[in-house]
Amino acid sequence: MQDPKSGVKSQTQRLVITTIPHAITGEDIVAWIVNRFKIDATEARAMGTMMVAFGYIYPLQDHKRLILKPDTSLYRFQTPYFWPAQQWPVEDTDYAIYLAKRNIRKKGMLELYEQEQYNSLYKWMNHKWDFIVMQAKEQYRAGKERKKPDRVVFDCQERAYWVVHRPPVRNIWTEYRLYGQFKLVKYTITYKEHDPFLHACLPSNPWLTDDVTYWTLNMPNVETPTKMRVECWTFSFGELLMDPRGRADFRLFLKKEFSGENLAFWEACEDLKWGAAETMKEKAQQIYKTFLARGAPRWINIDGKTMDITVKGLAHPHRYVLDAAQTHIYMLMKKDSYGRYLKSPVFKETQRKAIVPEPHRFTRRPSLSPIILRQQEEEQKAKLAASGPVDITQVMSELERKQKT
Amino acid sequence: MCDQTFLAITFGPCDNCSQNKPLMNIYLKNEPINYCSLCVELMACQGLAKGETTNTLKAESESLKAKLEEERAKLHDVELHQVAEKIDALGQFVMKTRRTLKGHGNKVLCMDWCRDKRRIVSSSQDGKVIVWDAYTTNKEHAVTMPCTWVMACAYAPSGCAVACGGLDNKCSVYPLSLDKNENLAAKKKSVAMHTNYLSSCSFTNSDMQILTSSGDGTCALWDVESGQLLQSFHGHSADVLSLDLAPSETGNTFVSGGCDKKANVWDMRSGQNVQSFETHESDINNVKYYPSGDAFATGSDDATCRLYDLRADREVAIYSKDSIIFGASSVDFSLSGRLLFAGYNDYTINVWDVLKGTRVAILFGHENRVSTVRVSPDGTAFCSGSWDNTLRVSAYLRSSGESELRNILYNTV
Repeated sequence: MQDPKSGVKSQTQRLVITTIPHAITGEDIVAWIVNRFKIDATEARAMGTMMVAFGYIYPLQDHKRLILKPDTSLYRFQTPYFWPAQQWPVEDTDYAIYLAKRNIRKKGMLELYEQEQYNSLYKWMNHKWDFIVMQAKEQYRAGKERKKPDRVVFDCQERAYWVVHRPPVRNIWTEYRLYGQFKLVKYTITYKEHDPFLHACLPSNPWLTDDVTYWTLNMPNVETPTKMRVECWTFSFGELLMDPRGRADFRLFLKKEFSGENLAFWEACEDLKWGAAETMKEKAQQIYKTFLARGAPRWINIDGKTMDITVKGLAHPHRYVLDAAQTHIYMLMKKDSYGRYLKSPVFKETQRKAIVPEPHRFTRRPSLSPIILRQQEEEQKAKLAASGPVDITQVMSELERKQKT
Repeated sequence: MCDQTFLAITFGPCDNCSQNKPLMNIYLKNEPINYCSLCVELMACQGLAKGETTNTLKAESESLKAKLEEERAKLHDVELHQVAEKIDALGQFVMKTRRTLKGHGNKVLCMDWCRDKRRIVSSSQDGKVIVWDAYTTNKEHAVTMPCTWVMACAYAPSGCAVACGGLDNKCSVYPLSLDKNENLAAKKKSVAMHTNYLSSCSFTNSDMQILTSSGDGTCALWDVESGQLLQSFHGHSADVLSLDLAPSETGNTFVSGGCDKKANVWDMRSGQNVQSFETHESDINNVKYYPSGDAFATGSDDATCRLYDLRADREVAIYSKDSIIFGASSVDFSLSGRLLFAGYNDYTINVWDVLKGTRVAILFGHENRVSTVRVSPDGTAFCSGSWDNTLRVSAYLRSSGESELRNILYNTV
């Protein structure tokens, strides 16, 4: 296939300032395979892709996707040194040396997945890290002694080899796990202003100023909630339900939409789950009669399968018998009603009325100077002397009152 | 609502003991069968098969553990502080003790906040359980337990009852009454019965159910009215020292930590251990959920606190310093989860930045080891109880100007 005369047509390809010799186009490869093996284009393309996947041919441009594109995309034959047929065991040490070398050549050149693998190899191979760095430096130095075009070619080949043997793992599990940590960070950012240790609470922290206005304004069933509290309701459906004032607001909204039975059912299920064991059976029956039975007064709309499981479970009621139905209704409220609630006039009205208390400004009240007080006393005495006998207790009490202000 | 482990529990006669109970679907010799959780436990511990000794089994479990760690490490994860690199660092915090509650005659072992954000219940070694209004420092109720070392106490969600227990192996619930002359011990309800000391207790979402952990290695869920055992949780191989319930939205799970260095996450409905973490080097004294329920923190005798992410299924941060050599007895998060308060046996409380892993404050003041630290329900302050017989409520003093600082300090006692 590589034969210059009867093999795939190749040419010298210019790449920025250097030239890459013996580059071949995808369509030429496919054409040659069709010709040689007398098969159709689709099969030839599949065969070509297999050769790319195994690393016998590597793409120059989109080097991460190991497929054969039947167009003018460029490929090269991999040097036999790197052929899988050589059956070298793919050593982690070699990979570590390769990544270290790339790091030396240009800092920050490693992609994210390579960076992660580099960190992990560093941890596992810490005992031979000096050896690895030394090897990397040696290879880098040896590489510099070669001519530029040769070096570029070899770099391409080596990179292609490692893409085959250490593919970027876009594993769903990695993303899922990183997602968990992003969630932790996101939570702290969302609640930052609500944390009294990070942000001043208005009007003031009762423990610091001995003023309980903050607690009075945030009582469970206060008429007008504070703006901060209303903002919390927008963070998640759970927050809205857990706050009694929020739940009351949501209930009002649902009443207007005539879908109040969903919330009522959810509350009844919570009561069943956390309630006393004694009353459990009757509660379950009551819930069935009110919400689930055919023709029930507050019939809730759940799918047939869930209804089936629930009704069967109710033959032997236990506290978690309504779990499936409860989850279904919860998700329904969360995905549908919650969104509409946040855009509704009920919520907008609550938001508008919500109060933002002024921060407390404590100033010390000044008191009268003793000089003025003595002057006042003298004036009083002078008046008494002039007006005749009066009730001494009245005068004394009046003086005392004046002193207090 | 939990989207994690939703086990298809069926209910009916167990294939083994024929009792009507919630069932677990398991495989025995590739055949699916339905056993109740108790039978599953019995079967799993059914003695050694032929040719096995406890040593070979131990060796096997060690090699499996090592393999599991290897697999976990291969997944090339990044650390939490790397993910949080772009977040602003916090400055140093100045915490001030605002209230000192004196009244216990001996070491304070445990405390809990009431949902009204100002009342607390505390228990001590001399058997006394006191309910305070921490804001006014008044004692509102006092109960004398028939045993010493009351290691666990909890306030009911309604604020109308408290639960406590310790060396008596029981957990008792006392309904509180405004009548000063009434003897609270008269109306006491004995709820939990363990075969060893009670280490920790907590009410669930209502006054009707209590979750307990004990020195006998088990946790249990009880019905308060009848004292009936609703579910038991087996899986720890040593004393369980602490437990914490997941925040309501994230489902019916709780985490427990024990002297076997393990932190286990349990499903309350089935009694199954759904996740297990073993990276500590010594007893885990306290476990606490992150406010969102996606992670939890532990404090241990190995002088470190660690954060475990439930989705990532691994430890994501360690909070330690070379200068800290005493065990952490208690941990709690601030409201946003950014700060972790940890009480240590060297009489101090360290405050850690959860995301960056650095320490942002250290509090002195206690004259003996700090046994319990809890942040108030609205996050405005935290309370610490210590073996020096006192409880202290502290808050963050913002230095927003010299004069305002003076105002705050001098306008109050």
